[in-house]
Amino acid sequence: MKLSKVGFPHIGNYYVPATYLFSNILHSDIVSAPHISQKTIELGVKYSPSFVCTPFKYTLGTLLEVIEKGADCVVQLGGGCRYGYYHELQRTIISDLGYDVKFINLVIAGKASVFRVYRELRRIDKHFRRFKSLYYLFITMKMVKYMDLIDDYIREYVGFEVNDGEMEKLNESMLKEFSGVKGYFDLKRVYKKYNSLIRKVKVDIPRNVTKVGIIGELYTIMEPFSNYFIEKSLASFNMSIKRYTNASYLMMGKGKFIKKNIKKYSKYVKYRMGADATDNIIRAVDMCRDGFDGIIHIKSSFCTPEIGSMGIINKVCCDYNVPVLFFSFDSNTSRVGLQTRLEAFNDMIEMRKK
Amino acid sequence: MKIGIPRGLFYYYFSDLWISFFEKLNISYIISPETNKEIKELGNKYSTDEMCLSLKNYIGHVAYLSRYCDVILVPRIDDFGKYEQTCTNFMACYDIVNNLFDVKVLDYNISLSSHDTLYKGMKRIGKFFGKSNKDIRRAFLCATIKSNKLNKVRIIDNINRLNLTGKKILLVSHSYNTYDSTIGKPVIDYLEKLGCIVIYSDLFDKAACRRKSLELSPDIYWKYSKESIGSIALCGDKIDGIIFLSVFPCGLDSLVNELVIRKINKKCLNLVIDDMDAFAGIETRLESFVEIV
Repeated sequence: MKLSKVGFPHIGNYYVPATYLFSNILHSDIVSAPHISQKTIELGVKYSPSFVCTPFKYTLGTLLEVIEKGADCVVQLGGGCRYGYYHELQRTIISDLGYDVKFINLVIAGKASVFRVYRELRRIDKHFRRFKSLYYLFITMKMVKYMDLIDDYIREYVGFEVNDGEMEKLNESMLKEFSGVKGYFDLKRVYKKYNSLIRKVKVDIPRNVTKVGIIGELYTIMEPFSNYFIEKSLASFNMSIKRYTNASYLMMGKGKFIKKNIKKYSKYVKYRMGADATDNIIRAVDMCRDGFDGIIHIKSSFCTPEIGSMGIINKVCCDYNVPVLFFSFDSNTSRVGLQTRLEAFNDMIEMRKK
Repeated sequence: MKIGIPRGLFYYYFSDLWISFFEKLNISYIISPETNKEIKELGNKYSTDEMCLSLKNYIGHVAYLSRYCDVILVPRIDDFGKYEQTCTNFMACYDIVNNLFDVKVLDYNISLSSHDTLYKGMKRIGKFFGKSNKDIRRAFLCATIKSNKLNKVRIIDNINRLNLTGKKILLVSHSYNTYDSTIGKPVIDYLEKLGCIVIYSDLFDKAACRRKSLELSPDIYWKYSKESIGSIALCGDKIDGIIFLSVFPCGLDSLVNELVIRKINKKCLNLVIDDMDAFAGIETRLESFVEIV
């Protein structure tokens, strides 16, 4: 039997758990996409409609790159908002270009159904490991959670390291070990080892730390290339960064979080506004109350729910007197302009502190 | 107490129902005028600059109304079932308006997946004005029957136009764009001036459209997009050309229209209208398109 070669689009570092999951439950090869580069975006922009949101262009670019590398079966995750409909158009675009590939979409209309996932996985591999897959799904979830925990710590302290680049190196070698773990206990051992190693990295924390929160649209916030490494730039200003949106939050905590909090914040938001808009408003109010020095809101251009939330976040920040900076990333935003705006933002925060 | 109804987005789906409901219950209401320059400017002033043109106009209507009435009716529509969702602007509209203006906003929520129906919403509005349960129920029934009747007449009129002879052009667009005086009206007027018969995509049997739409796109899950593209499959060979009308950064149309244009093999034109007032360019495109057809 011919094995299919599976490829999928990337978000940040989450290709590690995704590769782990697929390689363990499917009897097929995984074609890992190259890291997102300028070439990816150019490919994506060339074949996308003009005013679609930017994640469409990025994911289409990666899918085309994966297909060029030899994949004959591509997987889109899908989700709520417009993201759940990407696959339909991307499938048409890819088949119009003359590629003969299977196109799999796991989630539609923002609601994951077990039957759909099962049906779609059977299209890749008829004999995929049904019962093992539950076990590996559990491990993958844990892996994502551990990755996010480590990431949160790094984001908070990476701006104050004594020797630059230590934490990042440790993170990279942790990801390498994660991709080869044999079971849950092995995973836990690796996590514990690196957790203690990263906490031992020397940091020099000044007395009056500048705390900045990042909120925004999920793809742009999680894929560092698409936001031009905004977190790295912020860390170079010696800032402590807090970000709530990550994969484990989106998979596990989101529904509960909104249900629990939406009544408390009824001054600003009464209903769910679609995608991440509601939680971003709630987070913004929380951050203002917790005494953050500034909030940065990032989104890809034409992201409809975030555009709606921008006005409300602006109002929140006016009420609490906290500076807020809005970024809208397109495929051709210049990095220099971003740097200048961040510098100005940093200067303003420092002046306010005095 | 006067209730204000902005002429935008939801108005084009619920206007008949609202008007007869308020008339039956003796609630005085005011509807904002057709979109004009003043309203457009108000919309530009209050909205975020990346919002879609229809929402900008809607905010302009609300800003205009807030001077003349005590409460403004802004519903919120989430979904009509699991695979019949709406644009996120419909979900966020109430919160956007509520945070922008100081005027009291009267709202109701339609979300069939969490059992919030239109009747519950209208009941809330009736209760706000101090009407009794019985009156509300009767008024709601009358209003639904009346609006359904009016809609049926329009649908029959639209289908009859399909059998006329001449250049028949299907205008695929959302209702709030088709009938807006700055977006769809000039296009329709110009097409009729050129001697075409304009057929509206939103005046067909809704359920049939939704069923038919699955032929073009099996996984689509937006109610209003389903209805507009279903009309293409429903018309079949009876039409000569298709015009896709959308406003600048419309989230749904950017994907759905692109997909449909790739799938059908009929002459079609993709018109995207932005808030520049240059209609001359559109006129030339319409003219050349009609000539090709």
